[in-house]
Amino acid sequence: MALKTEEMVLNMGPQHPSTHGVLRLELKLEGEIISDVIPHIGYLHRCFEKHTEAMTYPQVIPYTDRMDYLAAMYNEFGYALAVERLMGIEVPERVEYIRVIMGELQRIASHLVALGTYGADIGAFTPFLYCFRDRERILHLFEICCGARLLYNYIWIGGVSHDLHPDFIRLTKEFIKDFRPNIKELNDLLSYNQIFIDRTANVAVLPKDTAVNYGITGPNLRASGVKWDLRKDDPYSIYDKFDYEIPVGSGERGKTGDCWDRYIIRVREMEESLKIIEQAIEQIPDGDVTSAIPKRVKPPAGQIYTRVENPRGELGYFIISDGSLYPYRIKVRAPSFVNLAIMGELSKGWMVADVVAILGSIDIVLGEIDR
Amino acid sequence: MMYDWLTEFTGSEIIAALIQGWLPLLLFVLPFVLVAVLAERKVSAHMQDRLGPMRVGYHGILQTIADLLKLLQKEDIIASANDKKLFNLAPLLVFAGSYAAFAAIPFSGAFIGSQIELGLIYIVAVTGLVVAGILMAGWASNNKYSLLGAMRAAAQIISYEIPTLLIILTVIMITGTVNLYTLSEMQTGYFWNWMIFGGPEFGLQKFLLIPFMMMGFLVIFISMLAEVNRTPFDIPEAESELVSGFHTEYSGMKFAMFFLAEYANMFAVSAIIAIMFFGGFQSPFGYLGNSLGWEWLVPFEQFFWFTVKGLFFIFVQMWLRWTLPRFRVDQLMAFCWKYMIPFAFVILILVGLITVL
Repeated sequence: MALKTEEMVLNMGPQHPSTHGVLRLELKLEGEIISDVIPHIGYLHRCFEKHTEAMTYPQVIPYTDRMDYLAAMYNEFGYALAVERLMGIEVPERVEYIRVIMGELQRIASHLVALGTYGADIGAFTPFLYCFRDRERILHLFEICCGARLLYNYIWIGGVSHDLHPDFIRLTKEFIKDFRPNIKELNDLLSYNQIFIDRTANVAVLPKDTAVNYGITGPNLRASGVKWDLRKDDPYSIYDKFDYEIPVGSGERGKTGDCWDRYIIRVREMEESLKIIEQAIEQIPDGDVTSAIPKRVKPPAGQIYTRVENPRGELGYFIISDGSLYPYRIKVRAPSFVNLAIMGELSKGWMVADVVAILGSIDIVLGEIDR
Repeated sequence: MMYDWLTEFTGSEIIAALIQGWLPLLLFVLPFVLVAVLAERKVSAHMQDRLGPMRVGYHGILQTIADLLKLLQKEDIIASANDKKLFNLAPLLVFAGSYAAFAAIPFSGAFIGSQIELGLIYIVAVTGLVVAGILMAGWASNNKYSLLGAMRAAAQIISYEIPTLLIILTVIMITGTVNLYTLSEMQTGYFWNWMIFGGPEFGLQKFLLIPFMMMGFLVIFISMLAEVNRTPFDIPEAESELVSGFHTEYSGMKFAMFFLAEYANMFAVSAIIAIMFFGGFQSPFGYLGNSLGWEWLVPFEQFFWFTVKGLFFIFVQMWLRWTLPRFRVDQLMAFCWKYMIPFAFVILILVGLITVL
């Protein structure tokens, strides 16, 4: 007589140490093997898109901060770029440089959180604090420029709110000098640790075509071997002026597109971002940073879709203007939201412990998913 | 030794036995846990560029006492769906299992709970109680995370007992005794008499044994780490997956019991390794008491050395915990069955051949 067995349904989250916020995963388990994962979202929904319809264009900027709160600078960057294109504003060159420096610093800060928490998910707690130690210095750089550490409201339509702090260039150079050895330290401690490789390499391989079909973007797509980075492929701002590489996953420790690839891509992107920042602070011209900020932001009727390469992928703003002071509609294409869709496909057949590794490697931010 | 003295002093064997039973707990385990919890927090903090507890007392030395007071005052939450009997019994069983091991551990020549002949085997057997306690806790909590944690813990602890026992067997083959006191006494003199350096007998056999003893030490250290659920084998309480595993549902003093048991276990493991391979309570180079002619000083010195050795291995455990990531449950089992057990068998057989020589 066969033993009667049934699936166990395990709720992971919304209050679980490693769902990175308030995500709820409904796991269907056969023992410890996953047979299905259903992500439930919406615990952090704040009606961002509806709110924007009742606000003037500049008032939207602080709200964009609160979407991907780990990459607030880049959200502002993308939004400002969209409205500027809609209005046809040319921003001064110094502003472009400041935006790129801030954007890349933000990319490093965001990746540091992703890598650190990934280490903590796998069970190594120390790299987490090492990453936060370095992130702290980036936050300090932001703080001296705009006074805020997380939600900046720094990049405005047509400019930035304040010029760089007099110490900024010096401190950034010091940071870059100190940070390079710290990346090596992270690699020694975590990335090339055999246990870590055992846990992540060959786990949840995301093939190229599946990634493209699901609309995955950012480091997750590049880890699968697709060289697609909007900074190179659809250049905006002044990214075409710098010399840097786009790291692509190659399956060094396992198969292309496994969790380890998704992890190491972020480490390598931090190095490339450092290169961009180094070049930008050498070339940065003098000038006024607020001269192009319009007194009244009243774009002509029309619509625009602008996309930027946010630390998590393609962040798109679709803005419809009816010619008034208020946007008619703003739709955001949030990279985390799209990337999360792969979760069910990737987790099938893996174990409970792997769900944590897979979710961490996708690197989601719930503020952006729920908006 | 101490038992005789106590019997004489109190005039009753029962009272003497009671006192002797309580002594390790009051004199050693509780103070040790207070120190070890703080040490763990301080060690981890300094490894991570932090300061750790700094508020309660000088550099936070009273932090654990404050925590303990907090735990004592906390409400003891029992959910209505819990199996109350098992739920209440589980922490006791886990604590009893790990504390019972201290009965056979010789802290020094004079301070030993019980000189039972089967010391090592007794410890391995009695710590098996912990598995039952953990399973009980996981089941009675009526929580899926707890249950998963408990199942993992049971599988892991039972699997890793095999390499542990195989290495214990190897040591038995060389020494011919499992009495922990005799084992320690054998390794007296200087540090080259320790088992890790081939044991007290001088000759060809000693040099042949050295590499095997070192390997054996590694095997038993790793498998004992797994038995007490420390990183990289802390899968039963894997915080990022199972919240905190089998003791998720416990609060207040019952949680403290599990916590106490964990640290008591850590010391028990370190102590067993110290006794089996590093001379137990023996000093690495003679005693001050002997050379000065103060006989009474020797047991204290022995106690000191034993504690130092134990704390050293505890430090190693903490060091590993704050450096390494965690295995996955299937990798952990594969590691045990595919590598540790065959390896332990090879050591067992080769050491057997050497001792026949």
